[in-house]
Amino acid sequence: MNLVQEILAHYNHWITIFLMVAGLYVVVARGNMVKKLVGLSIFQTSVYLLYLSPGKILGGTPPIIGEGYSGYANPLPHVLILTAIVVGVATLSLGLALVVRINEAYGTIEEDEIFETEEQFQPGEDE
Amino acid sequence: MIGENLPALQVILPLFGAIIAALVRRGDIAWLVTLVTGVATLMVAFALLVKVLAGGPISYEIGDWVPPIGIEYRVDVINAYVLVLVSVIAAVILPYARTSIALEIREERRAWFYTMYLLCLCGLTGITITGDAFNAFVFLEVSSLSTYTMIALGRDRRALIAAYQYLIMGTIGATFYVIGVGLLLVMTGTLNLVDLSTRLVEVESTRTVSAALAFIVVGISLKLALFPLHVWLPNAYAYAPSVATVFLAATATKVAVYLLLRFLFSVFGAHFAFGQLVLTPMLLLLSVAAMFGASIVAAFQNNLKRMLAYSSVAQIGYVTLGIALATATGLTGGIVHLFNHAITKAALFLVLGIVFYCAATVRVEDLAGLGRRLPVTMAGFVVAGLSLIGVPGTAGFISKWYLVAAALEKGWWWLAVLVVASSLIAVIYVGRVVEVLWFRAPTETVAAVRDPPTVMVATAWLMVAATVYFGIDTNLTAGVASLAADSLLQGPQ
Repeated sequence: MNLVQEILAHYNHWITIFLMVAGLYVVVARGNMVKKLVGLSIFQTSVYLLYLSPGKILGGTPPIIGEGYSGYANPLPHVLILTAIVVGVATLSLGLALVVRINEAYGTIEEDEIFETEEQFQPGEDE
Repeated sequence: MIGENLPALQVILPLFGAIIAALVRRGDIAWLVTLVTGVATLMVAFALLVKVLAGGPISYEIGDWVPPIGIEYRVDVINAYVLVLVSVIAAVILPYARTSIALEIREERRAWFYTMYLLCLCGLTGITITGDAFNAFVFLEVSSLSTYTMIALGRDRRALIAAYQYLIMGTIGATFYVIGVGLLLVMTGTLNLVDLSTRLVEVESTRTVSAALAFIVVGISLKLALFPLHVWLPNAYAYAPSVATVFLAATATKVAVYLLLRFLFSVFGAHFAFGQLVLTPMLLLLSVAAMFGASIVAAFQNNLKRMLAYSSVAQIGYVTLGIALATATGLTGGIVHLFNHAITKAALFLVLGIVFYCAATVRVEDLAGLGRRLPVTMAGFVVAGLSLIGVPGTAGFISKWYLVAAALEKGWWWLAVLVVASSLIAVIYVGRVVEVLWFRAPTETVAAVRDPPTVMVATAWLMVAATVYFGIDTNLTAGVASLAADSLLQGPQ
């Protein structure tokens, strides 16, 4: 019973971990370059949750010095994640721009088909 | 006034230079802007190093916000040294860049290349100078995103795939890093590196902090291409424009190594990272695997750029070997190899850039007898190649000397043997190229190559001369490196 409560009490972390692993899995398992970027975005988004959920205090007030304001939540994580969101958007847009160029150059965005034409990129060749 | 604001200028100069280069749109003018900015950044870096050597660490409050609330830029011996390394390379290769870029990149894209070059410089100096863990992440992404773009500007369509693969791997690495920083923030409530190191002492034994260390080390290892997280590197180096390869090979992985040093020694402290956790055997194993594995793969490459890229992975192994030893001599060896390998690899890739300019290929079988056709240029390859092997009288020898000494100091003679044995593999892959270039009769393609531009040869030889100079006079390199190693080992200050 205790264990169940323990697990339920930290549900925010479970969601974070699920998103993190799911995103990473999509990056590894999918051969479609756009789907890989979607996975990468989910992976990055899970980190936003990792920062934000400990930044909230139940019943906390805004961080104002004055009467009636006590036990405020640290606003720093929110600011950090605003920056991280911008970084995530930039990465995703650059990634998509590259996929567009790859599609123009190769006529496909499936990794398997590209690796067939370019043997340098075959996974086994490196090792 | 300017003297006080040097740390901010170090980052802001290339940032504004990048904006101007993007606005002028003309390749030649953008190059001029880049040259002026690069030289100015170099002067700032030198001024900072002189200041730090004379008066100890400099702390700079961005926007007058007092740390740890505000972001602090903090310059001490080790990052002043890395800053000089990065800005020297960035400035010195610019005269070379103009000719090489004019050949390899279309006119309308040249200004964008210089913009990305300056943004990458801005990101790299930013990572090095900042004293804030999250700020370092932002600069890491600034440098990474501009790097992906520079690689994608390569002429070959495979450059696009290389850039895409690097983007995926690099983003995973940076996200791992930011997860680790997030866990540290949750435990300590601070992001300032100095503040972190004092507050971490209380919570050091928690599992969260160990997890944070693991995430940060793996994340940065992806960026510095520690074996086996190096798979993005060979293609990225092979298909990027020649200038981008020189710049990245000499600086990007080195800055990532600096960030790793900063976290392991200044934030977590050697006693925690190497005493309570088992980082030494793990790093040692991966370093030795890199030294041998990547060197052997390098010996089988036909594309010379890929060969040198694999050799870079191997050389990073020597740097991490020095870190894994975590002794004064070992760290000195690692840090001095950071510098020596940067100039050696820059020299080699500069020569390859000339080869590509003249012969339009870097495949070894097409280049038989090139040494007889371009003797001055290819002699540079031989000298820098000797430094890569670690022959006495070249820079590469100095760092390997320190590493072997550090291994013997610990009584690990087998490690000293491994360092020497792995250098012998470098003899094979450098020797194979020298044999083809010098001792075979020139092919028809080689006989038809054009003459290299003087400015490119001069730049390459400047770097080659540096590898010899720093193999003889080690005051600047080993001297500063040992100061840096001592200050790192003292741990959090």
